[in-house]
Amino acid sequence: MSFAWFVALRYMRDARGQTALILAAVAVGVSVIVFLSALIGGLQTSLIAKTLGSQPHVTLRVPREAPRPLVEPGPDLAVARDVTERAQRLRSIDQWPSVMRTAEGVAGVIAASPSITGAGFAVRGEATSPVVVRGVDPERFLAIIDVRARLIAGRYELDGGGVVIGSKLAAELGVTVGDKLRLSSSEGRDDVVTVRGLFTLGNEGVDGTWVLTGLRHAQALYGLPGGVTTVELKVADVFAAERVAAEVRARTGLRADSWMAINRELLEGLSAQSSSKLMIQFFVIVAVALGIASVLIVSVVQKSREIGILRAVGTPAWRISLVFLLQGGVLGVLGSFAGSAFGALLSRLFEDATRDVTGAVRFPVTLDLELFALATAIATGVGLLAAVIPARRAARMDPATAIRNG
Amino acid sequence: MAEPPPPVLVVAGAVKEYGAAVKTRALAGVDLTIGPGELTALIGPSGSGKSTLLNLIGLLDRPTAGTIVLGGHDTSTLDERGLTALRARMLGFVFQFHHLLPAFTALENVLLPSWGDRGRPTADARAAAEAMLRAVGLADRLHYKATDLSGGQQQRVAIARALAHRPPLVLADEPTGNLDTASSAEVFALMRRFNRELGTTFIVVTHDPRIADQCDRIVELVDGRVVSDRPVPPAPG
Ligand SMILES: Nc1ncnc2c1ncn2[C@@H]1O[C@H](COP(=O)(O)OP(=O)(O)O)[C@@H](O)[C@H]1O
Ligand SMILES: [Mg+2]
Repeated sequence: MSFAWFVALRYMRDARGQTALILAAVAVGVSVIVFLSALIGGLQTSLIAKTLGSQPHVTLRVPREAPRPLVEPGPDLAVARDVTERAQRLRSIDQWPSVMRTAEGVAGVIAASPSITGAGFAVRGEATSPVVVRGVDPERFLAIIDVRARLIAGRYELDGGGVVIGSKLAAELGVTVGDKLRLSSSEGRDDVVTVRGLFTLGNEGVDGTWVLTGLRHAQALYGLPGGVTTVELKVADVFAAERVAAEVRARTGLRADSWMAINRELLEGLSAQSSSKLMIQFFVIVAVALGIASVLIVSVVQKSREIGILRAVGTPAWRISLVFLLQGGVLGVLGSFAGSAFGALLSRLFEDATRDVTGAVRFPVTLDLELFALATAIATGVGLLAAVIPARRAARMDPATAIRNG
Repeated sequence: MAEPPPPVLVVAGAVKEYGAAVKTRALAGVDLTIGPGELTALIGPSGSGKSTLLNLIGLLDRPTAGTIVLGGHDTSTLDERGLTALRARMLGFVFQFHHLLPAFTALENVLLPSWGDRGRPTADARAAAEAMLRAVGLADRLHYKATDLSGGQQQRVAIARALAHRPPLVLADEPTGNLDTASSAEVFALMRRFNRELGTTFIVVTHDPRIADQCDRIVELVDGRVVSDRPVPPAPG
């Protein structure tokens, strides 16, 4: 074994009590880091998954029609005006098949689905509910939102006058699979359809308003034969959605809204959460570093005589430094192993303790190898860094002073 | 006529001052030449500069003026690394307070100089360390913690440590200062023996006239100057 390793390990073993205490401190610090990351990572992942469970990553539509002023202001004419948005008509995307092909050609896009999205009413006997009619290509739409996986009754069938509706809407109208209802569009057309399936996507608004039907049926309801009002995209990396949207916008001239833009507040909240998590972790790391550094500095002072002897008998200063650097590194590595295990345990216990009455996990935690690797790397780095000052001090120890009588 | 062998150590005009504002002159110009195989006693009253001189010779400190030539190397031209390397190869140390490392066994303590110098213990170094501990009568104490040994045993380990890597020059600063008469005699006898058997050169600081009288030569310091330097007449009988 090399000299530095041998001496470092011997010193740590010899000061067992001290070593155990500082290891415990490092482990507690690392477990806080792991637990916070696991908890907040888990919460954010499930929040985003929930959000994206009922939303396309990017939606393309025709740009809003700008209000047209009746009088233009000129050099000698000031116009006081009160702008009112024009009521937006449903308009089809020009050449939408080619738009789809263009969008599919953008890097990061993995699926595209055409649809008609319009307002309307669903009527069943005395009950009337405002609805959002979504006319889709059944197979393509599944790539955007996996409705089939979220069916709670019936089947995912949108052909021949069949519709699949949100479970909350069904409850409001008092319908179930096999029942008929009357659908009237904002264009004043209506039709009788049969409920073939019910879904719950976990979003109140969607579950209470969506009526999924075939694309052709919706084209008829909204008087847009052969047209579509939106093209919806799925991207490989959900956090690249905004970048992809910008690219598609530039290539097609259409309005392209990413889920990130629509959920800006959610993302800002998550990012604030992440920042505070990082801040807590940063201070924990600082505390761990100070702990390691102070233990090692005390050790250097206690051992100044021994260091002097080692120097006197011909040990180079850098090798003495290494003895203390290694101790810092070992404390970091061992502490992070213990801390990772403890943090994982804590996370699981927390997940279990916070289950709801049905036993479902309310606060899922994400424990992955990457997190442990990161915690270990950070703790090791911090251990080494914390040992720099003690190590330099040890290297500067003057052997003549250290061995002087006493 | 045969050339006399080159000296192990030449100290020329060594001056050492301590302090910046108020200067203490610990050595006021010392000249000393030590030939190979000599066992020299360095004596003098407390505060006369014996330890200071030994620290300069041991390359633990640099002189304010003057030069130290060790085994033909002019040490004033060496940097810290060079001094450390020269210490590791040329010198052995025995201190008054034995200064073993308490967390290590007797054998590990003896191995430390070559280990610290080279980074790894070699089989040769290990064999030499064990042989040395046997030679000082501690064959059955190899794996005892330093703190579990008596004072005399610790000082014998220290002698083994100073000699295991076979340095040409061993410096001992009051090696028996802390021992009872019997242990003192034993420890000095070991140095005397290794001086004869291995030809190692020794400089021993001592207050004990009985020990000084068993050396080959006595150098006396007073107020940082050599006031006498004489050979010891061979013991009668
Ligand atoms: N590090 C130091 N700083 C200041 N003065 C010192 C130092 N070391 C030794 N001295 C002084 O130098 C003189 C010689 O000391 P020393 O060499 O230890 O004497 P000895 O070993 O002969 O008793 C003494 O006056 C002592 O106080
Ligand atoms: Mg002294």
